[in-house]
Amino acid sequence: MINSWEVKETNNMVEQENLDVRTITIGISLLDCIDSDLKKLNDNIYKKITTVAKDLASVGEKIEKEFGIPIVNKRISVTPIALVGGAACKTPEDFATIADTMDRAAKAVGVNLIGGYSALVSKGMTKADEMLIRSIPMALCRTERVCSSVNLASTKTGINMDAVKLMGEILLEVAEQSKDRDSVDCMKLVVFCNAPDDNPFMAGAFHGVTEADAVINVGVSGPGVVKTALEKVRGENFEVLCETIKKTAFKVTRVGQLVAQEASRLLDIPFGIVDLSLAPTPAIGDSVADILCEIGLEYAGAPGTTAALALLNDQVKKGGVMASSYVGGLSGAFIPVSEDQGMINAVEANAITLEKLEAMTCVCSVGLDMIAIPGDTKATTISGIIADEMALGMVNQKTTAARLIPVIGKGVGDTVEFGGLFGYAPIMPVNQYSCDDFINRGGRIPAPIHSFKN
Amino acid sequence: MENTVDKTIITVVGKDTVGIIAKVCTYLASSQINILDISQTIVQGYFNMMMIVDMTKADKSFGECADDLEKLGEEIGVSIKCQKEEIFEKMHRI
Repeated sequence: MINSWEVKETNNMVEQENLDVRTITIGISLLDCIDSDLKKLNDNIYKKITTVAKDLASVGEKIEKEFGIPIVNKRISVTPIALVGGAACKTPEDFATIADTMDRAAKAVGVNLIGGYSALVSKGMTKADEMLIRSIPMALCRTERVCSSVNLASTKTGINMDAVKLMGEILLEVAEQSKDRDSVDCMKLVVFCNAPDDNPFMAGAFHGVTEADAVINVGVSGPGVVKTALEKVRGENFEVLCETIKKTAFKVTRVGQLVAQEASRLLDIPFGIVDLSLAPTPAIGDSVADILCEIGLEYAGAPGTTAALALLNDQVKKGGVMASSYVGGLSGAFIPVSEDQGMINAVEANAITLEKLEAMTCVCSVGLDMIAIPGDTKATTISGIIADEMALGMVNQKTTAARLIPVIGKGVGDTVEFGGLFGYAPIMPVNQYSCDDFINRGGRIPAPIHSFKN
Repeated sequence: MENTVDKTIITVVGKDTVGIIAKVCTYLASSQINILDISQTIVQGYFNMMMIVDMTKADKSFGECADDLEKLGEEIGVSIKCQKEEIFEKMHRI
């Protein structure tokens, strides 16, 4: 039987260490909504989303109450819209009407974000893909809750450099049109290499074509729980350190597994995966950077950071896979800058640079995340940063991503405020040397060879 | 076969005062909730109780009971939390 010590430990995790379920995300296939008539397509999409997800919010609240565990977000991901809208949309403007529909549906069922305004172009772009990408600035500007992602590269196909170039320009356009709000619309746009089909986390969530008609994916969090557990083993060797992280990750993931199963049962939608990511928030004590400090670094970014993060990421996975048979999504430690107070502190102390963050993304999920850069950064430079990140993912057979925020009108030394869970970020300097000729070549970078590992 | 039990964990934490257990138990009895186990300690004047109860025959829904107990807690000046046992079971047992 459960003893009072165990009950207390669980409740302390929730009350003092910010343990929560970060998101219950329903993935919904829109492939059966396809129609060549735009109005009909939009009607079908609205109907399907509001039917499948109609009970999501109430079920979330019910589970929250029964187990006493906060469920922070309820979200929806849909089939990449470039595939769904291809038959009906003749212009970028047509695509943007689908974003309007998604936004309306999200509001109707009470979810705070809906992902899947996406295109998968890792090898080439269809006309529909390109139109969707060109419509992203319009779509993100007109809607509140729609998130967009583009898969630009994969280990099997290489990097689509034409799309990388285009995304540099699109990102600046998105920044420009929300410049009166510190370019915040860029938060809703992410580019990927090897994007997973079942990621429940925004902005990159979409419902892959390999998935069932509807599926429940759950993302757990809990950097604060890991940090607190590690405080008790200060000065101990690596074996003890790893054991502690594993055990904690097990407990955290079990919560996600339980919530996912319960949500699946109540909504009568199959359970997909638990994403066992350590996702930080700006709340004090809910930071991945603080875990790195607890492992023994003065600041995140100090020498040893990449090794410490590699260890953390691996132990989280090892503990997590024991707790749930279906682990998927991004699963690892997130290292966003603005959403993590410890990371913000590191930037302000000049302990961490864009280049160090890039190195860290080689050993963790996901990538350069929520990084504010000067608004006068050139489109080709942004494309260069994206290409570097894509190359890391392609060669290392892992998911990498970039969510950069060029803040128009601001430069290094300024700070931007995103509000709420998104936090604030000091603007980081970007290498000033040009990569114009590289980006302007056009074409694609071939897939890498996977023998002769070096 | 034995009836499956619908176990819920009730935790009561707060400043010690006369009649906390009595009031909680009275409520549980009146709602047809059976108590399976109680453990209680006082640490530095703070009352700490954990109860395992069976709600199979309860005449109210889980949500109503949780709300009622929370309200009762406010009246006594302690915090009362109701959670299904599975969350602890899953977390602490392989």
